[in-house]
Parts: sequence; structure tokens; C-alpha cells
Amino acid sequence: MLQTDTNNADYKTENEPRLANIEQFLSFVLGNEEYGVSILRVQEIRSWEPVSRIPNVPVYEKGVVNLRGAIVPIIDLRERFNLGRAEYTPLTVVVVLQAQVNGKSRTMGVVVDSVSDVVDVDKFSIQRPPDFGAKVSTEFINGLASVNQRMVMLLDVEKLLRLDGIDDMVTELAESESKH
Amino acid sequence: MAIDMAQFHQVFFEESFEGLEAMESGLLNLDMGDVDVEEINTIFRAAHSIKGGSGTFGFTAVSDFTHVMETLLDEMRDGRRKVTQPAVNVLLGAVDCLREMLTAIQNEQDIDTQSVAEHKRHLDQELRGEVSNSAQVSQVATAKPKTAPATLKSVAPGWRITFCPHLDMLKTGNDPVRIFRELANLGALETTVDQKGLPDFYDLDPEECYLSWGLNVAGDIAQSSIEEIFDWVEENCDLSLQSFSDLAQRDLAHQPGVVVSDDADPTHHQQDLSHPEPIEESSDAAKVKTVAKEESKVANKGSSSIRVETSKIDTLINMVGELVITQSMLSLVGEHFEIGKLDHLKSGLAQLERHTRELQESVMNIRMLPISFVFSRFPRLTHDLSAKLGKKIELKLVGEHTEVDKTVVELISDPLVHLVRNSLDHGIEMPNERLAMGKPETGTIILEAYHRGGNIVIEVRDDGKGLDKAKLRAKAIEKGLIDKDTPLTDKQTFELIFMPGFSTAEKLTDISGRGVGMDVVRRNIQSLGGNIEIISELGKGSTIAIHLPLTLAILDGQSIAVGDETFIVPLVSIIESINVTDAMTNKVAGKGETFRLRGDYLPIIRMHEIFDVKTAKAQKLTEGLVVVVEGQGIRCGLFVDDLLGQQQVVIKSLEANYRRVEGVSGATILGDGSVALILDIPGLVRLSNQKHAGRD
Repeated sequence: MLQTDTNNADYKTENEPRLANIEQFLSFVLGNEEYGVSILRVQEIRSWEPVSRIPNVPVYEKGVVNLRGAIVPIIDLRERFNLGRAEYTPLTVVVVLQAQVNGKSRTMGVVVDSVSDVVDVDKFSIQRPPDFGAKVSTEFINGLASVNQRMVMLLDVEKLLRLDGIDDMVTELAESESKH
Repeated sequence: MAIDMAQFHQVFFEESFEGLEAMESGLLNLDMGDVDVEEINTIFRAAHSIKGGSGTFGFTAVSDFTHVMETLLDEMRDGRRKVTQPAVNVLLGAVDCLREMLTAIQNEQDIDTQSVAEHKRHLDQELRGEVSNSAQVSQVATAKPKTAPATLKSVAPGWRITFCPHLDMLKTGNDPVRIFRELANLGALETTVDQKGLPDFYDLDPEECYLSWGLNVAGDIAQSSIEEIFDWVEENCDLSLQSFSDLAQRDLAHQPGVVVSDDADPTHHQQDLSHPEPIEESSDAAKVKTVAKEESKVANKGSSSIRVETSKIDTLINMVGELVITQSMLSLVGEHFEIGKLDHLKSGLAQLERHTRELQESVMNIRMLPISFVFSRFPRLTHDLSAKLGKKIELKLVGEHTEVDKTVVELISDPLVHLVRNSLDHGIEMPNERLAMGKPETGTIILEAYHRGGNIVIEVRDDGKGLDKAKLRAKAIEKGLIDKDTPLTDKQTFELIFMPGFSTAEKLTDISGRGVGMDVVRRNIQSLGGNIEIISELGKGSTIAIHLPLTLAILDGQSIAVGDETFIVPLVSIIESINVTDAMTNKVAGKGETFRLRGDYLPIIRMHEIFDVKTAKAQKLTEGLVVVVEGQGIRCGLFVDDLLGQQQVVIKSLEANYRRVEGVSGATILGDGSVALILDIPGLVRLSNQKHAGRD
């Protein structure tokens, strides 16, 4: 084990990494790509149900639903990441995420094609996202992990919830940063 | 320890404020001629529990203060002391002082020691004014005049002054030498200089005062004459003043002179003497500020709680019990369901519905408080102000038990104080004026609360001189608020008083008339979703009515359909709904659509356009309905497909998880579980203007 660890970093995840360094991610599919969010940020997984539209907002903000008495916005991640639109089918799922934004707990649902798995990722095997310059926006991506030879893009849930336009100032700030 | 206790602070403060209110109303109810012992007992009990509580939590300043009040009340209770108006006034003042102290502690501020000392002195004077013959009391309260002179005899009369100027005292043009010279004129002066504060030579700023002094002035000198000398520098120094006799007593108790610094309190030696354990008390008093600060840091003033009657909670528990029974009954029906049990199921569901509704009502009820929480302060206000103004005024409270939402109770009280003060100051005339006008000498102010529809109405009525329309108009023109020839209806004229910077009082009093009040009052009420109106007749009086929604969490709404979407329009903002004909509509400059409603041209907002609803059925104005709405003085017509129905909706925040959306004030959950947006009329108008501007 020690040998593979030091000799061949690419196969790291095939071995048993140390338990303390493991973080669990829920992985889901958007088109041909696989993404992951920290399992601690996932409140629940629901099937898609019609939403109440909100007027005059970006298309990827699909609307709001009633989640046991709370009004929760739903956004389409495919559209958010410009991956094209998908028809909603009974298999379409909504991952309800929860995070602290500006000291307050916020809940939001994201529409994804399907959820695939809960994966264990060794913290130290997470790579920084590559820099494509301004061509490809990687602002939501915290890092890349490889699971069973597949690449999983790990999303920054806090940023995702915030950049949703909830806090316009922060959005502008982040945008101006990403431009630089 | 401090943290453990802090969780009870909130309760203590609430109870204390309630106690203070009880004391206040009790004191105001006291009839000088025929004193009701039970009334005094109530006041005494309230004072006693505040003393006990504050003692427990280490708010020594409060318990000390209350102790003196309690002594006075105790004598009154036992009939050893007559209840006189001056005594009641002193006690009322003390209640105020106590309230300030408690508020200061609650908000982690410093207690205004000077005002405390002032009130304490009044109390002490009142206590000493009539020496009672009871042995027990003379031990506690009148100890001072008897024991103090005894110790005084062995010690030469005089004062010990600790004088620590602040660094910048010299810059205010005050010279310590001049003060010492004045002191020397009063009696033999002994000075000792404390050079501890003196910095190294290189750090020394010649313009700053680093020294402090201990001063002993011998001689029989009145305290006030010493205070007078330090009058100018009081702000710029830490000063403490103790008589020699006081110090001697401390020394006797093997307590080296506790010097209370940071305390300009000139009378604190009296506090010590009027207490059975002077030394402990005074050292505690010195600590009290720091203690209060540490402890109340934990008790955040922002935390709010609510005291609920036990009966309300009992009802709630009963209902939940019934709900559980119904639920188990229904699940029994569901377990082995056959079509014959359908009636059973239906009745069960009906029962469930009733219980849920009742439960909702009683939960909402918990937030409701009687308006007397607000009204109770007005008898005192009237009592004080009418004496100050030399007017005779009777205040009548009607409908004090009307219940309103807690938030409303909290936010309405300041505006109401303003309105009542206005009535007292400007409305009611002086007694002789009233007699000359053929009115009864005593003016009446009626404060009334009642429910009307889904609203609560609070009225302030007076039979005073009323609003002078001509004068209001002239004033508004003078202030440049309106043009000379602007036509105004009566209602509009009265509303002038809500304009910022408007005041018709010829002379400013400290009670009202600075013209900052009424516009704030209106703004506060509007922020609660209410409105305010004035009816007034010159010479007869005026009525100011505040209309407020009963609760801020529920709203009467009208559901409207636009395409396959449903929106809620607050019922209060709807004037009417009409079918428009082509003849009624016009276009302004080829774009803005208007329609004619009884002589007025109102703009039309097409809901499906500004909210971009693609499924809208009605495209031509004649196909749908126009809902005439009003918000913040703007009237317009909303073009919608259809009206659906009226219902009460629970307001949910969109911002909690999402963000503010222009034209929408919130959301609600409909019967089928879907979400509907509640429209914000002024926001819609803004949105519509933006859209039109964007298109041009």
C-alpha cells in the first residue's frame, strides 16, 4: 500500500486511503459529465415536480417549490453550466442542498439528470481545477477527484448557493474576480 | 457562574418590567383620602420581587435602590405613614428611575448614577421627613439621623475628596490650583499629590494633567458648596467625596477606605448610611458596573420571548390531543378499508380539518397580546403631562382587551405616544379657554381599540380645539410644501400634518411641536402595513384612527389567474374589478394604455406582459378582467385572465432561501401544496415603468 501510494499517484483511489482523510461526496450526472457535492451539504433527494415560476429571473432559476412549508428555489444545473437543456422525465431528480450563506442557512434544490453514487474521496487526492483562462468558467468547481478512473468535478456548494444571485454584491465581486 | 445565571436574565427583566407597570398603575390608582391597603400591598409585592430578583443576579444597584422604596412602602402598608401626593410622586419618579436602571443593565449600558442618586435622595428625604415611632423601622431606615451624628461627634467634621483629573482637563481651561484655592476658602485644606500617573520626562506632554490629588477639607461644610466648586470640571475628572465620619465608620469596620472612583455621585455616603451593612453595599456598588457588563453581555437584548397564558397552552395541548385521536382513528379506517367505510372516512376527514383549523387559530393566538400592554403607559403620561401643562385632562381607555399581534404591540407604542402627546399638548385647551368656549373644564381623551373586519383600529379621540384647516394651509404655503393655489380637499389638508418638517404649534414645547413626529408616525404605521386617517372639526376635537392588519403573518388575499399561474393580490389593495370595453381604453403616446374609471384615467398593467406569462388566455383587454388596485397612493388596473377566489393566506418569505423579486412581496402555499406569489402593487408599478422605459 505504501508502495502504490508513493509510486503511482494515479491509482491512489483504488487503494484504501486512511479513514480520517476520507470525505464523502454525492455524485450525479449532467449530460456526459459527472459532478459531486459534499454529502454533508445534501439535505434530501427528490423527484422532479412542477415548480411555481418566478417572473423576470434568469432561465436557469426554474422557480420555487413548497418544501414542507418552506419556499425553496429550484435551479437547473445543466442550464446554469450551459450544458444545454434536457427534458424533464420522471427520472429527473432534484438534489436539495443546504449551506450557510452570509451566516444564514439557505436551502436550494438543483435539478440534475440523475444521481449516481456516494463516493469516498481521499482529501489529499483532490486536484485543483485546471485553469482554462476566461474560456471556461470553473468558478463553482472546488477540485477534481478521480473515482474508478472517472473524473468527478467537486462543486463548491456555498458558492453555488450564493452565486445564484441571492447576494448580488457577492456575485458581482466573484464575477469581477473571475474576469481578472 | 455568570453564564449560568444569564439564561434567567431575560425572565427577570420581563418580570421586573411587569412589576414596574403594576407599581405604576397601583400608584396612580391610590386615592389619597381613602387608601386601599390591598393596593399598597400589590405595589409592595412588586417592589419586593424586583429587589429579590436583582439581588439574586447581582444587580446590587437595583436592589439597593428598591430596598429604600420598599422601606417607604412598608411603612405606608402598616399605616405608620400617611400616603401623600408628594410621596406618591417621589415613588413614581423612583419607578421611572428603576426602569431606566433595568433597561441600562439589559442593554449593557452604564447606569446613570447621578439620576439614581438624585431619586435615592428624594426617597431618603421622604423617609426622614416623617420619623415614625416604630422601633423596627427606625433601625433600618432612620438609622442615619440617629447613629450618624453619634459617630460624627468623635470625628472632626470635614470631607475627604479624591480628585483625579482626566488627561485633557487642562485643555478645557480649568486649573486645579484655582479649585484648591476655592476649597481653602471653605476650611483648612490638606493636599496630597499622587504622582503615579507621571510619565517619563520624554513622554511628558506639558498640556496634559498627569497628577491626581487627595484633599482633606476640615470644617463643617455643606456638601453642595464643595460640589459647586467642582461643578465645572465634573465632566473631566473622576471625583469622589466622602465625609470624615463616613470614613471613620469604615475604618471601624476594618475596611480601609473604599474609594469609589469613576463615580461623580455626590450623595453616595448617604446611601451607605441608610443601609444596615454600609461597607459591603458600597464596595458592591463600586463593582456593580463591571459585574453588570459581564453578565448582560450574554443576555442579548435582541432576543425576544413571549409570555403566554397557561390557559392558552392548555387549549393547545387539548387540541393536539384530539388531533392525535383523529389521526389514529383515520389510520384505523385506512388499515382495512372497504367501500362501506367511506362515510366513516369522510366524517373523520371533516373532523381532521376542523381540528387543524382550530389548532392553527390557537397557535396564531399565542402571538396575540391584549393592547393594554401598550395602553397601560398612558394614564401615567397623561397624569404627568397634564400637571406640567396645567391642563385638566381625563383619559379613558376603551377596548383594552382587544388582542393584537406581538409585533404590532411592539411597534405601535411609540407612534401612539406621539399621538397622545399631541392631543395633550395641542388638542386640549387650557381650562379657562375651555370654560370660555362652553366646554367642560376637564378635557377628555379617549383611547380606543377595536376589531373591524380583518383589521384592528386604534383611535385617539379628543374634545379639544381640533385642526384649523386655514391655519394648516397657510403654514404649508409658508413652508413651501404646497403652492398658493393648490386645491386641497379636507382630507388632504389634514394630511399636511404628516409632511416632514410641519408643525403648527406657535411655541415649541418640550412635549411636542418640533415637526419631526407625525411623518415618522405615519411611516412607522405604513411599515406595519397599516394606514392612518384624521377626522377633525374646528373647536370640537379631532380623531386620529390607525388601521392595522390584525396579524402580520396572515393576509386576506384575492387569487387571480394569469394563464396557468396563480397570484395573490392583497385584498386591502383592491378597489374593484371591472370588465373594460374598448370605449373605455385609450393609449397615451401610442404606448401606455389607460382606461377611464369614473372620470379618472388609470394606467393598465398587463400582468402577462410584465411577468412574461406565455400561457395567458386573454390577450385583448376585453377578454379578461381589470382589477383596480391601489398601493401607496398609486392607483392602476391590473389586467388578468380571471378572478379565482378569496382566501386567507399565510405569508412566507421568498428571501429566506431565495431573494427579493421586484413586484412580489412574498409567497404563500395554496391548498394543493403549490406556491403562489403575493403581488406588491407599488413594486409592480415600478416594474411596469421600467419595462416601458426599456422598450423605448
